Order: sequence, then structure tokens, then C-alpha cells
Amino acid sequence: MATPNNIGQRRLVVGAHYGMRDWLAQRVTAIVMVVFTVILLVSFLTGQNFTYEGWAGLFARQWFKLFTMVTFFGLFYHVWVGIRDIWMDYVKPVGIRLTLQIATVLWLLACAAWTVQILWSV
Amino acid sequence: MSEAVKNAQKRGQPIRNVSITDITMNYKQPPSAIVSILHRISGFVLFLFLPFLLYLFEQSIRSEISFAHFAGIVSHPFAKIVLLGLSWGYLHHFCAGIRHLFMDNHMALDKDAAQRTARYVLIVSLVLTLLVALKLFGVF
Repeated sequence: MATPNNIGQRRLVVGAHYGMRDWLAQRVTAIVMVVFTVILLVSFLTGQNFTYEGWAGLFARQWFKLFTMVTFFGLFYHVWVGIRDIWMDYVKPVGIRLTLQIATVLWLLACAAWTVQILWSV
Repeated sequence: MSEAVKNAQKRGQPIRNVSITDITMNYKQPPSAIVSILHRISGFVLFLFLPFLLYLFEQSIRSEISFAHFAGIVSHPFAKIVLLGLSWGYLHHFCAGIRHLFMDNHMALDKDAAQRTARYVLIVSLVLTLLVALKLFGVF
């Protein structure tokens, strides 16, 4: 009766196979944020007399603007993976969980658009 | 998990879930458990404060007038304490995340090493937070 398979008879294979992709995306975005954080933390801790010119001038450069945008978009993806884990772990009713997940996605999309608006206002 | 619960019930074994009071009061948590739950809490709190932080970023960058407004907000002692708390959350999440990346590459996986690196995470993130605090309150 048993058809041969190489994963064993007791293991149940489920899921939509997005686990690996999200796991990897969380790590890749984390590394981008580490680089960005080190740059900002070092300039904060070593800086003196913070002025608008110095601060806005940093973000006025095209490469830093794009780097910031990529970091923030990575951050929002990272947030989605993490917050989704939290909803899945603690919110059992499917309806409420789905609502929270949809709200999280929409909210993060809005934050991404807001970030672009902020960055290109300088 | 639910499969295991069902099978145990079929065999007539009693099921007892670990309750929140067990976790918080009765069991001693190793450093890795403390790092783990703080990683989750800090991530969630930072998510909740995202609009506040984006708003501050917007004010700081948009114009000279809004920068003055930003400087007014962050010079308030209460705002400084909130920002310091968020800084600790961020720096803890940062250090614990780096620990994760090492463990993903099969480093420091055994029991003793994992507890040691968990202690490093707690210490390093607090030291970095202290540096931010000294800077925030104008010591250097």
C-alpha cells in the first residue's frame, strides 16, 4: 500500500513553500540594515553641533538617498516577516489574524510611500 | 504540535501546557531565552513606534523650520527618555540579530557557547545604549 517516498511516512508536508524565501529575505534585509545602522550610529556618536545643513546634506546626496530608500524598503519587508510571525504565534482566530495581517501589509505599504515622500522632499 | 496533542489524548496521557505564570515566575530563564523574548518584544515595540519615528525623520529633514521643530521635540527630557528606550530596543534587536546570523552559519550552536553569546548580546547592547544616552544628554 505504501508508495515509496524519501521523506518518511510520518512527516506531513504542508505550506506554500514561502518559508525559505521569507527566512532568507529577513537575513538579507538585516545585513543591509546593519550597514546603514553602523554608518548612522558612528556619525551620531562622533558628530558635534548637529545642524540642519549637515543632516539634510547627508540625505541630499543621490547615492545616500537611494541607499536609505533601499534600507527602509528592506526594513518594511523585515517587519512584515517578523510581525506575521507574531500574529501567527499569538492570534488564533483565523478572521482576526487575517485582518491583522492585511492591516499590517497595507500599513507598511503606506509607510514605504511616506518614506519616498520624505526622502525626496530634501 | 496539535497532532502530538491529539495522539497523546488518544493514548489517555494528560496534557499540560506551560502557562504564562510558569514561564515568568516558576522557571529560571537562561540568557538565550531572555535575549529571544526581548528580540521579539523590541521588534514589536519598534513596529508600533514606526509612525512616530518616521514623523521625527520627516521633521528633521524637510526644511530648516521643521528641523527647529524637530529639535524642540527631541530636546524635551520625556522625548529623550522615549528615544533612549527605543534606542535600547533597536540596539538589542540589532545585536541579537547579528547573533542569529552567526548561528545560521553554524557558529556557537552548543549550549555553553549559545549562553555565552546571549550574555554578550545583553551586555553589548546595554553598553551601546549607554553611549547613546551619554550623547543624547550631552555628556560628550
